[in-house]
Amino acid sequence: MADFEPRIVAFVCNWCTYAGADLTGTSRIKYASNVRIVRFPCTGRIDYMLLLKAFAEGADGIIVSGCHPNDCHYTSGNFHARRRWIMFRSLCDFMGIDTRRIKFSWVSAAEGAKWADIVNATVASIRELGPYDDYKRVAKKPVKEVTHG
Amino acid sequence: MDDLRKRARELLETSEVKVVIGYEQGTAGKTRALFVEKPEDTDKLIFDSRCVQNLAVYITKREVKDKGKMAIAATLPVMRSIIQLASEFQVNDNNLLVLGITPESKLVEFNSLTEVETFVHQYQIEIDARNKEMLDKLEKMTPSERWKFWTDELAPCFKCYACRAACPMCYCSRCTVDFNQPQWIPVPSHELGNLEWHIMRAIHLTGRCVDCDACYNACPLGIPLNLLTKKMVEEARANFGGYQPAIKGEHLMSTYKPDDKENFIQ
Repeated sequence: MADFEPRIVAFVCNWCTYAGADLTGTSRIKYASNVRIVRFPCTGRIDYMLLLKAFAEGADGIIVSGCHPNDCHYTSGNFHARRRWIMFRSLCDFMGIDTRRIKFSWVSAAEGAKWADIVNATVASIRELGPYDDYKRVAKKPVKEVTHG
Repeated sequence: MDDLRKRARELLETSEVKVVIGYEQGTAGKTRALFVEKPEDTDKLIFDSRCVQNLAVYITKREVKDKGKMAIAATLPVMRSIIQLASEFQVNDNNLLVLGITPESKLVEFNSLTEVETFVHQYQIEIDARNKEMLDKLEKMTPSERWKFWTDELAPCFKCYACRAACPMCYCSRCTVDFNQPQWIPVPSHELGNLEWHIMRAIHLTGRCVDCDACYNACPLGIPLNLLTKKMVEEARANFGGYQPAIKGEHLMSTYKPDDKENFIQ
């Protein structure tokens, strides 16, 4: 467990969180390198199936992030997404999927520091939870501890 | 149900409708769907407590629609399904006549789907006591116990899609599971594919499921997959004040409120 490096997939919207993460970089704020960012046009486009695919492909944690309510580039994409997240998260919880491993957040294009905090906090909590072996077993992925740089 | 037989005969004799969808005696003591096109065949129509199949599943089928105007013997869940289908523009007054069967087994005829809507709105979607107990039991478990429960329950599923075939809301001509580019859901009976299929089914039915249990009744393995949709009914009630199928209503999952409440987004 000591050399366990969590693998985190972040699903972010192009207009806020992606730009926010960009700001984190240009502000030279250092944050955990365990995250792989996937850019989407809008949180409304982030299909729950994609989150399941991330787990199936061996992710230990997931971050889903987009514009704050009322700030959506497409007016209402994040409101629709929020409704879906509420229901999806309840369903996941009901089926025993570890919802502590899916972090939802609003990060605006001006919140570079918040993005770094979210990633660092997620990595720390996933490090504590350990690899998501339950899901990996179901997905027939190797469950031995994975180390990567 | 002599009233039903009599009315069905009249409708067919006057050519007001071309086909009446109802139940008939099947094999092994079960009932099955019957499509009556000739007035003399209306004698085969039956209705009793065994008639639990949701007949609304047929009214979106091309081969039934093509016969002409349909009449359907509809119990309360079937009427709810019809209203939901009407709100999704799948049926309308021009192609469907509803012969309602009340929870007291009385025949009521509706002149329009709006009247059906008014009727179904008298009743809330209620989860029965036995399933409510099961939901409570599951909610009290720890997440890992729930995970074990569901992986065990879903393990024998071989994805025959009887649940999909039995569900009036699963009318898409091409379902996500049928796609292979990309392959969203693994085809073989495989724990991952089974899990993903049941999650997908529950999500697609969120805000649309009328809690008729047709999926559970159709499952050859008796997987309690209806618990998932029931849970979604409960969650819809807890988070958004619930839903009722309504012809001109907003759909739960395709609408939003700026003040929707949650406690997990940072």
